[in-house]
Amino acid sequence: MTYIAKPKFSHPGLKKNDLGYTHRDYEGKISTLCAGCGHDSITASIIEACYELSIEPHRVAKISGIGCSSKTPDYFLGNSHGFNSVHGRMPSVLTGANLANRDLIYLGVSGDGDSASIGFGQFAHSIRRGVNMTYIVENNGVYGLTKGQFSATADRGSKSKKGVTNTDNAIDLVAIALQLGATFVARSFSGDKTQLVPLIAAAIGHKGASFIDVISPCIAFNNHAGSTKSFDYVREHNDAVNRLDVLVGRDPIAVDYAPGTVQVVEQHDGSKIALRKIDADYDPHDRLGAQTFLARHAAKGQIVTGLLYVDPDAEDLHSHLNTVETPLNTLEADMLCPGSSVLDKINASLR
Amino acid sequence: MSDKKPISSVNDFVVRFANVNGSGSASANEMFARAILRHGVPVSPRNIFPSNIQGLPTWYEVRVTEAGHLGARGGVDMMVAMNPQTWDKDVAGIEPGGYLFYDSTKPMPSTKFRDDITVIGVPLTAITNSTYTDPRQRQLFKNIIYLGALSALLEMDPKLIEQLIGEQYKGKEKLLSSNVHALHLGRDWALQNLKCPIGLRVRKSDKVGDRIFIEGNSAAALGAVYGGATVCAWYPITPSSSVAEAFTAHCKKYRHDPETGKAKYAIVQGEDELASIGIVIGASWNGARAFTATSGPGISLMTEFIGLSYFAEIPAVIMNIQRAGPSTGMPTRTQQCDIIACAYASHGDTKHVLLFPEDPAEAFEFAAAAFDLAERIQTTIFLMLDLDIGMNHRLCRPLKWDDAKQYDRGKVMTAEMLEEGRDFGRYLDVDGDGIPYRTYPGTHPTKGSYFTRGTSRDRYARYSEEGSVYADNMQRLVRKFETAQDLVPRPLQANAERPTKYGVIYFGSTSPAMDEAIGLLEARGHQLDRLRIRAFPFHSSVASFLAEHDFVYVVEQNRDSQLRQLIVNENGIDPVRLVPIVHYDGTPITARYIAKAIGDHQDHLKVTPLRKAVS
Ligand SMILES: Cc1ncc(C[n+]2csc(CCOP(=O)(O)OP(=O)(O)O)c2C)c(N)n1
Ligand code: SF4
Repeated sequence: MTYIAKPKFSHPGLKKNDLGYTHRDYEGKISTLCAGCGHDSITASIIEACYELSIEPHRVAKISGIGCSSKTPDYFLGNSHGFNSVHGRMPSVLTGANLANRDLIYLGVSGDGDSASIGFGQFAHSIRRGVNMTYIVENNGVYGLTKGQFSATADRGSKSKKGVTNTDNAIDLVAIALQLGATFVARSFSGDKTQLVPLIAAAIGHKGASFIDVISPCIAFNNHAGSTKSFDYVREHNDAVNRLDVLVGRDPIAVDYAPGTVQVVEQHDGSKIALRKIDADYDPHDRLGAQTFLARHAAKGQIVTGLLYVDPDAEDLHSHLNTVETPLNTLEADMLCPGSSVLDKINASLR
Repeated sequence: MSDKKPISSVNDFVVRFANVNGSGSASANEMFARAILRHGVPVSPRNIFPSNIQGLPTWYEVRVTEAGHLGARGGVDMMVAMNPQTWDKDVAGIEPGGYLFYDSTKPMPSTKFRDDITVIGVPLTAITNSTYTDPRQRQLFKNIIYLGALSALLEMDPKLIEQLIGEQYKGKEKLLSSNVHALHLGRDWALQNLKCPIGLRVRKSDKVGDRIFIEGNSAAALGAVYGGATVCAWYPITPSSSVAEAFTAHCKKYRHDPETGKAKYAIVQGEDELASIGIVIGASWNGARAFTATSGPGISLMTEFIGLSYFAEIPAVIMNIQRAGPSTGMPTRTQQCDIIACAYASHGDTKHVLLFPEDPAEAFEFAAAAFDLAERIQTTIFLMLDLDIGMNHRLCRPLKWDDAKQYDRGKVMTAEMLEEGRDFGRYLDVDGDGIPYRTYPGTHPTKGSYFTRGTSRDRYARYSEEGSVYADNMQRLVRKFETAQDLVPRPLQANAERPTKYGVIYFGSTSPAMDEAIGLLEARGHQLDRLRIRAFPFHSSVASFLAEHDFVYVVEQNRDSQLRQLIVNENGIDPVRLVPIVHYDGTPITARYIAKAIGDHQDHLKVTPLRKAVS
């Protein structure tokens, strides 16, 4: 029995958001991951982002594949439906779910093994289809759940815990997502909640395929010297291009931002992203620029983080398919079935 | 020159067209079949085509059958030999006394013919070339010209063919008149130069009635429209692609909101079968009716997800249009060879519901019913068609729909029910039928949410690796499968005129051949009771049928007698009493084949009393 229920008690003085929900309303079961696992920090950031956005927890569908990372949807938004599907195939399940009901918020959680190896194809195709989702890869460069094998995002030359050197080239999911036309692309670090929380919030507000690659060290198998996905390594090589705040229903620009270094992006849902530029030249609306910027920094061993690309006017798969606004799962026979008189005509045409 | 009397037959013969793939003959050949139907005479046509696009041989066979037999007959009475590549084999395949129709523009040595057949030469190329200059026109109209010549030879009413051409090219006057012109070019040439009619003739009759002429794949797709499918995800594979293509066409016609023009459906061509079934499962989990169509190799890829659908109890509909396996096998040939693969698809202990329609009308009904069943039972439903039904036109009763019908969404707990305080345990067997309640995502702010997973969990959907919890769940799944027995279409039994110890079990596309074979067997003195199985899990009447007969033949189109294996396995009966009758060369099974195989076995039984089997 591995299931651990969280005690129901909550402090009466807890802060409430616009919906009157407290933090506790966004939590899930107690994590069974290793203490200190980066994935738990991402869970905390998701909780924080949903709390801040005042999302109704049950309006979120959280879908994952298989892996330590894919277990995490059980640990947040306890009142929403979750789906731990099969290894690497979260994207298709999410796509189907999204087609069935366009009114929910879709959170896809995956691992680097899940998305960059077995599920690389599904990752790519869900992005290129523009499925309206927030796709988070909890990227630790190893297979955590199967105990430490290199994953396809492990950098060439990096070392496993047992000292084996990885000789394969790494897949950079951010570069691929950009290439495939994702309309919201970000990278962050599980140890940097200040950066990660608003990124998740902004991604949720984005209509279209949002992709966030979160470097999330695996303390059990990939947090040693020689790893390029350890806490220390990421802290030392993190090169943030911007920091952001997501403003929902509030005044767009807070006063403490120095003019000229803040850019405001309005999203389709009315939320605004205030981007504080750290790298003054970085333009998050330039897909090509983002690609070359990433490549140049990767060559120097730097991990670029922040909101790397956003297209605020993005369309999603439903727009491409021109589907009705009413969720397909609510349509009944009277809306769907052409009826017997049409069938009689069809019969007549087949004689 | 014939030393055998030419076959003489009215409304009962087989014409086979031998063509080169890509020569545009398909529509002319199909028009020939339809024209005979318009005479009120039933036909049963079959496409025999290669798994490439151009150049290789194709055949199209039209069985003209006043008696209405819809299976393949075997043998050819008239060969329209338009493919030099297959000439020798084609000529050899003609029944003694049969007819050979060919393009006589180039003279052929007499060794290329047979003495026991009637040879009919029409200089098709010469006629075509003297009329048309454009090469594509020459190619296409040559087909209509031979259709015209055939109409004269078989004494068909040209007006009925003109009518068909008129319908096909409605609004395209130029094409219409040029096709009619070509038809008469061929017809007039034959009337002026040949002895018309020959021994084979089409005479007007009234045996077609209100029946329709449709391919199984198209009917199944229409069933999905009527059954309320809103999400379709698929990946191209012969012979199933035309299901998704037909679904797309039907949806475009019938499923757009008249006010906004928006689609009340979503169709995605997945990147592969894994994605297609994943999309289906995701959509069904979220309360939409979803399906995919595929064939054997696709099923192989989908099995991991099918196991998830079984264990996590998520509805899914898979239409499997079977082709000859294993591996790539013969991709454009028919078989019923995925029975075991589908019945027990995926790792671990699994069982899935299979539906076996016998013709397009049932394909329509079962396809529509599959969505009710999937939601009712919360599992994968396989609609098991095969190439022979899927890609061939068949005459069948008109499609029917009851407008009063509401979709059975199965056991879904709503927000109101949750509010009332109903106990919600996702895997609780509240009604004792093994089928639990589910909730759709987003139903209620605080009640009814759960976590779906392929891992073991308790009745409240909480992850658990407790052995007893796991076993309890697996037992409930067995109960659920037993419940399914009474929800799926029942087998249909037809008894012989006299009481008999012998029975035959068959299913799906084998049906018409079996129906005809019964007559042939009776003529040979063999009485057999028949049971047509229409679904797995097997209804209890299957066990009764087995108990009531000493020997039961199981007729199927695969090597290993897969349905028989399934019957033995699920009913725990002595395999010796189930006699396999198998046919698996990729062509549709014929009445002649079945009657011979069963008849020989029956004769043998009569001569040698069977020793008690020792097992
Ligand atoms: C088809 C299949 N193959 C292999 C596995 C075994 N498996 C489970 S999790 C996993 C890797 C998980 O790695 P990752 O996605 O990086 O997640 P992490 O555990 O590191 O968070 C593998 C290979 C599986 N569950 N299914
Ligand atoms: S093995 Fe690694 S990834 Fe898995 S829970 Fe432990 S630290 Fe996290």
